[in-house]
Amino acid sequence: MSEIIKDGQVVSDEWVVFNLSPDQQPNDVEIPEGNVIVPLQVWKSQHALLSVRNNVGVWLASDERAEELAADVAALKVVAIHFPKFSDGRGYSIAYNLRSRLGYQGELRAIGDVLRDQLFYMQRVGFNAFATRADRNIHDAVKGLSDFSTSYQASIDQKSPLFRRVERRAA
Amino acid sequence: MYRYDQHDHLIIKERIAQYRDQVRRRLADELTEEEFLPLRLQNGLYMQRHAYMLRIAVPYGMLSSDQLRKFAFIAKNFDKGYGHFTTRQNIQFNWITLEQTPEILEHLASVEMHAIQTSGNCMRNITSDEFAGVAPDEIIDTRPYAEILRQWTTFHPEFAYLPRKFKIAINGSKEDRAAIAVHDIGLTVVYNASGEVGFQVMVGGGMGRTPILGSVIREFLPWQHVITYLEAILRIYNEYGRRDNKYKARIKILVKALGAEQFARQVEEEWADLKDGPGTVTEAEFNRIAAYFTSPQYQNLSEQDSDYLSHLAQNKAFSNWVRRNVKPHKVAGYRSVLLSLKKPGVPPGDATAEQMEFIAGLADQYSFGELRITHEQNLVLADVRLTDLYPLWEAAKAQGLATPNIGLLTDMICCPGGDFCSLANAKSIPIALEITERFDNLDYLHDIGELELNISGCINACGHHHVGNIGILGVDKDGSEWYQVSIGGAQGINSAIGKIIGPSFAAAQMPEVIERLIKVYLAQRFEDEKFIETVQRIGINPFKEFVYATPISDTVLQGEDEYV
Repeated sequence: MSEIIKDGQVVSDEWVVFNLSPDQQPNDVEIPEGNVIVPLQVWKSQHALLSVRNNVGVWLASDERAEELAADVAALKVVAIHFPKFSDGRGYSIAYNLRSRLGYQGELRAIGDVLRDQLFYMQRVGFNAFATRADRNIHDAVKGLSDFSTSYQASIDQKSPLFRRVERRAA
Repeated sequence: MYRYDQHDHLIIKERIAQYRDQVRRRLADELTEEEFLPLRLQNGLYMQRHAYMLRIAVPYGMLSSDQLRKFAFIAKNFDKGYGHFTTRQNIQFNWITLEQTPEILEHLASVEMHAIQTSGNCMRNITSDEFAGVAPDEIIDTRPYAEILRQWTTFHPEFAYLPRKFKIAINGSKEDRAAIAVHDIGLTVVYNASGEVGFQVMVGGGMGRTPILGSVIREFLPWQHVITYLEAILRIYNEYGRRDNKYKARIKILVKALGAEQFARQVEEEWADLKDGPGTVTEAEFNRIAAYFTSPQYQNLSEQDSDYLSHLAQNKAFSNWVRRNVKPHKVAGYRSVLLSLKKPGVPPGDATAEQMEFIAGLADQYSFGELRITHEQNLVLADVRLTDLYPLWEAAKAQGLATPNIGLLTDMICCPGGDFCSLANAKSIPIALEITERFDNLDYLHDIGELELNISGCINACGHHHVGNIGILGVDKDGSEWYQVSIGGAQGINSAIGKIIGPSFAAAQMPEVIERLIKVYLAQRFEDEKFIETVQRIGINPFKEFVYATPISDTVLQGEDEYV
């Protein structure tokens, strides 16, 4: 079983990410049993079937919007956001919207081109799970979560900016 | 100026450790070059033709004498003895080795400096008016707001991988010396009718391949909301900015595609639930930061001085320098002085380590130990007593820093071009040097008067050619270097994009092309009319006709032929 980083620890991954192959249709593709994270299109077109299973998560592509899951966030245990390239930053705003606008509380997982040097920022915008790229050492990657011990701005991990959290005085 | 507290120091210290480890992993091949690229770019390290270039952030162009001395130290110990001041009020060093960059960052941190977000697809160093706090036409001092935004933009987690780079400029004066109309976001600090402070917000300006002036999307944003409103703009850009084509990825393309009104509506919608949230700037935070930007201990001085007046009357070289390089000040008996980095024979914006040390000394002696960098690539001593102008001039002159050409044709903005930059299509510095040589007669130069000549070595427009009264753009034609000329561009409150006059020229033709443009102006101008005003009045055709009327030799005379 593969490993992911979750809540700062390397743990075994209990979910399988399901991808549609080009010859499959979202509305009639058969979704395997067990814990599975399906593409948004599949989730939407098989909603009645999948939403009662209680072991199905959803993943969003970088050009999809968090609001698509507005009605589902309370029930979902896992939402994943796909990074096609580590340099494609749309996923950070999707994560922010899911946590902040929709109040999503479950596992928020980064999948795709997920690398150590982006983990700190990802954690700040609300990701708490990271399926780092399989060709890299996941135990090294964990270190990326603690690059900084403080930050100036508010985001999901820190609801207040530095100037509201501490009393700042001249050096 | 702003000083770091324990939190700023901690963030910079942790950054150096993070970056040092990234360099180590790159050298050990644990990071591929592709993965390392955005990491080093966001630390200002850029691979050029011959070596790495390191661009150091000078927040809104303000610098202490100790910081300038540190640049001199870096120039001497890690580079070839000089540095290059940029159009974004930063400094860059052109001959850096990767292995030494963490050590350079340690030196910078010791004087509260860094290279964070000076490159890459992120929010860059914020630029502002080089005369902030001292200009007589200033309405509101921009520096506290610029510092608030510096902190907000630094390591912003959500906006570090934007579609493209993102530049913010702030102006607070009647004149616009920060070129806000050609920035991704251009802010103007203003009073509203009830006397409250806020920002007029402009978005979508830019140069490059698609030069366009920004559009105002909000006439008045109360200052407390600046962070949350900018967050709304950035989120929309991050989500909807194009990522399929880097030439169409800047926010200006998105604003143009949606239309400024529609873009503004989306921002307001995005902002609705951020407004009044924790990002709202508190009075206490504003006051804390503004306290760093109070006026220095000015003396009570007379606005006149008899020694100064007699030097002015008797010494033409001094009076020329005062006329061009000395600017008015809001406090009686004080002036702001521009030290020109546009001396003939020297690449525009370059300063040697010795000059930097010398200028740091001048700042300590004459200007409260502070300096500013202008986006025209000169240095400013902002608070000089009228009585000190003459001795300051004599000292600066001895170091080649008193060329009386501020605002004149030879005070060019010029990018590093093909001599250094791997993006460039053509060299720009040699063109600047040849034009400077052609216009070496100071009387002639002063007679021509105010003229902005800007040179870029490629379409990325680092040399701001679009907004030059005369703009020169290096282009590649079948593998050789050519130069396209435009006229009528302008920066400031009457910003305009220049128009191309016709087919491009060879490098050797350029001094004559400029000479011909000037001849048309001199023949056509009304009394006291500036070059740009003549162009606006008569249009580009008379210039075009004269420049192309007879052939211009494109051969450079070699060796003894030069004496024929």
